Amino acid sequence: MSEWESVIGLEIHAQLATKSKIFSGASTAFGAEPNTQACAVDLGLPGVLPVLNREAVSMAIRFGVAIEAEIDHYSVFARKNYFYPDLPKGYQISQYELPIVGRGHVFISPAEGEHKEIGITRAHLEEDAGKSIHDQFPDMSGIDLNRAGTPLLEIVSEPDMRSAKEAVAYARKIHSLVRYLEICDGNMQEGSFRCDANVSIRRRGDDKLGTRTELKNINSFRFLERAINFEIERQIDLLEDGDSVVQETRLYDAERDETRSMRSKEEANDYRYFPDPDLLPVAIRETDIEDIRASLPELPEQKKQRYIEDLGLSDYNAELLTANRETALYFETALAVVPKQCGLLANWILGDLTGALNKAGIEIGASPVTPEMLAQLVVRIADNTISGKIAKEVFEAMWQGEGDVDGIIEARGLKQITDSGAIEALIDEVIANNPDQVEQFRAGKEKVLGFFVGQVMKQSQGKANPGQVNAMLREKLKT
Amino acid sequence: MAATVSEISRGLEAGEFSSVEITQEYLERIDKHNPTLNCFISVTGEIALEQAKTADTVRAEGNADRLTGIPLAHKDLFCTDGVRTSCASRILDNFIAPYDATVIEKFRAAGAVMLGKTNMDEFAMGSSNENSYYGHVANPWNISRVPGGSSGGSAAAVAAGLAPGATGTDTGGSIRQPAALCGVTGIKPTYGRVSRYGMIAYGSSLDQGGPFARSAEDCALLLQTMAGFDQRDSTSSEEAVPDFSATLGESIEGLRIGLPKEYFAEGLDGKIAGVIETAIDELRRLGAEICDISLPNTGLSIPTYYVIAMAECSSNLSRFDGVRFGYRCDNPVDLEDLYKRSRGEGFGAEVKRRIMIGTYALSAGYYDAYYLKAQQLRRLIKQDFQQAFSEVDLILGPTTPETAFSIGAKTDDPVSMYLQDIYTISLNLAGLPGMSLPVGFSDGLPVGMQLIGNYFDEARLLNTAFAYQQVSDWHLRVPEAFK
Repeated sequence: MSEWESVIGLEIHAQLATKSKIFSGASTAFGAEPNTQACAVDLGLPGVLPVLNREAVSMAIRFGVAIEAEIDHYSVFARKNYFYPDLPKGYQISQYELPIVGRGHVFISPAEGEHKEIGITRAHLEEDAGKSIHDQFPDMSGIDLNRAGTPLLEIVSEPDMRSAKEAVAYARKIHSLVRYLEICDGNMQEGSFRCDANVSIRRRGDDKLGTRTELKNINSFRFLERAINFEIERQIDLLEDGDSVVQETRLYDAERDETRSMRSKEEANDYRYFPDPDLLPVAIRETDIEDIRASLPELPEQKKQRYIEDLGLSDYNAELLTANRETALYFETALAVVPKQCGLLANWILGDLTGALNKAGIEIGASPVTPEMLAQLVVRIADNTISGKIAKEVFEAMWQGEGDVDGIIEARGLKQITDSGAIEALIDEVIANNPDQVEQFRAGKEKVLGFFVGQVMKQSQGKANPGQVNAMLREKLKT
Repeated sequence: MAATVSEISRGLEAGEFSSVEITQEYLERIDKHNPTLNCFISVTGEIALEQAKTADTVRAEGNADRLTGIPLAHKDLFCTDGVRTSCASRILDNFIAPYDATVIEKFRAAGAVMLGKTNMDEFAMGSSNENSYYGHVANPWNISRVPGGSSGGSAAAVAAGLAPGATGTDTGGSIRQPAALCGVTGIKPTYGRVSRYGMIAYGSSLDQGGPFARSAEDCALLLQTMAGFDQRDSTSSEEAVPDFSATLGESIEGLRIGLPKEYFAEGLDGKIAGVIETAIDELRRLGAEICDISLPNTGLSIPTYYVIAMAECSSNLSRFDGVRFGYRCDNPVDLEDLYKRSRGEGFGAEVKRRIMIGTYALSAGYYDAYYLKAQQLRRLIKQDFQQAFSEVDLILGPTTPETAFSIGAKTDDPVSMYLQDIYTISLNLAGLPGMSLPVGFSDGLPVGMQLIGNYFDEARLLNTAFAYQQVSDWHLRVPEAFK
């Protein structure tokens, strides 16, 4: 065990899935021509005023309720002042004191059998800035303000994570949660879900936190893990060489797989936060919170418990199946067809299907094998039409688009042989052709049974029912 | 020429003249006198005549309202679609607003005519109208004197008869103080009564738009159009707007008026005090009950105001950065240079002073001592008024401690300039409505009396001023040179 312990906290910016911006009526759709989705308010023209989008508030409360957070009945927007060309007003409307969502928590499972509670300090609403484009015009920078004013929920964790792996598990948990809640599309490439990591190290056993650095520009979970691990190593090297860590913001460069200094604490802005006088404090009634609580869908944690208790799934499988909304939806759609085969179904989803999806690099929602098709496969395994081994072949054929389960079994002649007469004939043939092995078995060498099973299965081209073959062989060999 | 909005309205109604004719007449007066007074930054003659023509058509069709065809002037911080909106600043000298402020939109819908955009202290920061990129405004009563500020152009235009009515804004006294110094009537409504949308912000929690006119009757008409909830301004009030004209003429018998002893203390010019006393006697004769009250935290209002207003403006003015609109310096070498020079060259000295003080007050380590403290004091000042209004219906006092001072007299002494707002500023901190009306002269210069009302009690303010103006004619006096 290393003498160093890493301490990690995450700041996650989830773009809320409202139709219009947080303080104006302009659309939030992604990908429009630059500056076509920015109205007078988003442009920060003289004289314009912000008007709060209540839908963004509702979404923030949904999140707050889901993480069992304290939700104050009184919340205040504040201005965060700094100059940047893509920040039209010269300040960002955010929250400082009195955020919408107070202290809450989530549970993560970084590895099979491990559980950990991660504290969430707060989550607050704010507007996004625009985008600066530095590579399209010679000697000039372009500004696209389409994104300016897009609602963000900034979710700030406690420094409760101790490894990059835990940080990723936490980030995935929040990602899953905001998608379950339908408040964020979670698209990391388009920047709808962004993670910044605060990383420090200390000697194991120390109470005091080390100097932290903030890592930015991380747009996938894989890069999150790499960036944190790189940073931990960098900090360890510094301290072991007798240097010290400088408090600063560092950018992660995915191509070089390293972090680089962006600005130090000395250069950091004094944001001069103060309550925005253009916006009244947000009043949130207890009944609003209760209405939202009542409207929440089943959340991953509740789903997981239900899978364990009602369906008898293992803790690990239940965790994996509920890890994202789409996987759970796939599972539940298929389960509706084969309600009695949930264990077998779970194994297929988490095994062959997940493997194929990963290999192809596609999401479960886009799987060529639909939940109905997979359920049918499970039906045919359960009713002994095909063996588990043959099922893999059928699955592969379905993945390639050869049709549905029964069609493939029929076309490829994969139907399992369960006719005892046909199996008996195969067994007799194998016994007759292998007198030495028969002698060995009868002399007490039980292991030879496997050889016979293999031979019979081979003769049947894998179609004989393995259970039947096993039982009948034993019977025959004894005599 | 001393026509009031009401007189013009009646004249148009009676067909004595057309809107085009009266508009033409005002444009000619502006043409003649503006070189002396400098109360307009932009004169929008073509637009005005176009609007007047439309108004005459509307009237001919029988669809005229009380303001249809009435020429008005607007302070140059209300955004006007297609017309330069400069805030009297070099930084917005080239800014053509692409939209109308709510107030402008409402006047447009009411059929009013826009004569032009009036001069002001840059970004509404000042009490003398000397802080304008377009030069100072002269007081029509004595052109070596200031008209007051920041809405000095609007006040002077009404006083000199270059417009029968005008809009202004009031953050610490910017309607009432110039109204007093120019001898016209002006009202700052309750915070939230008039939409701030399209009104370029100085101190967002203090700014409030309102009208200037010759009389309380005219102010009631103009305020009627300006007031009302606006969903584009989250701080605008949903409080119902009464018919301000309907209650004019009600008796003020038994009206309880409080005189804050702090408003008649040291610092008040003795002659002004005398003029105010005479006006109080007049109100007493009309049946008002006068009593003494105290607003003990009055002395805190100036420091409190300047911390809050400057903190807010330091942030409000950040958007003027040379990036998207307004002045941009020549050949910036990099982003920092662009910011520093665009803002350094674009803003005037007083604006820069206030941005720097405000930035300081909000800085880490100073926030609690300044901004937070000021907010606490603001509550105390508000409580003073709440206490007072449990005993009286209205509060009365002088609008300013002295009459119009000489141009240049206070430009090197910002603190003495800030003290001009001693009686007006605490209303903005409390969000209360107040108005100033002319009640006499001191050494040939107008004296203004301030009436302060409870929240949303503009109707009572207007009626009290109206009652006084029924028995006096100070509000109808016109400086000799502009008759």
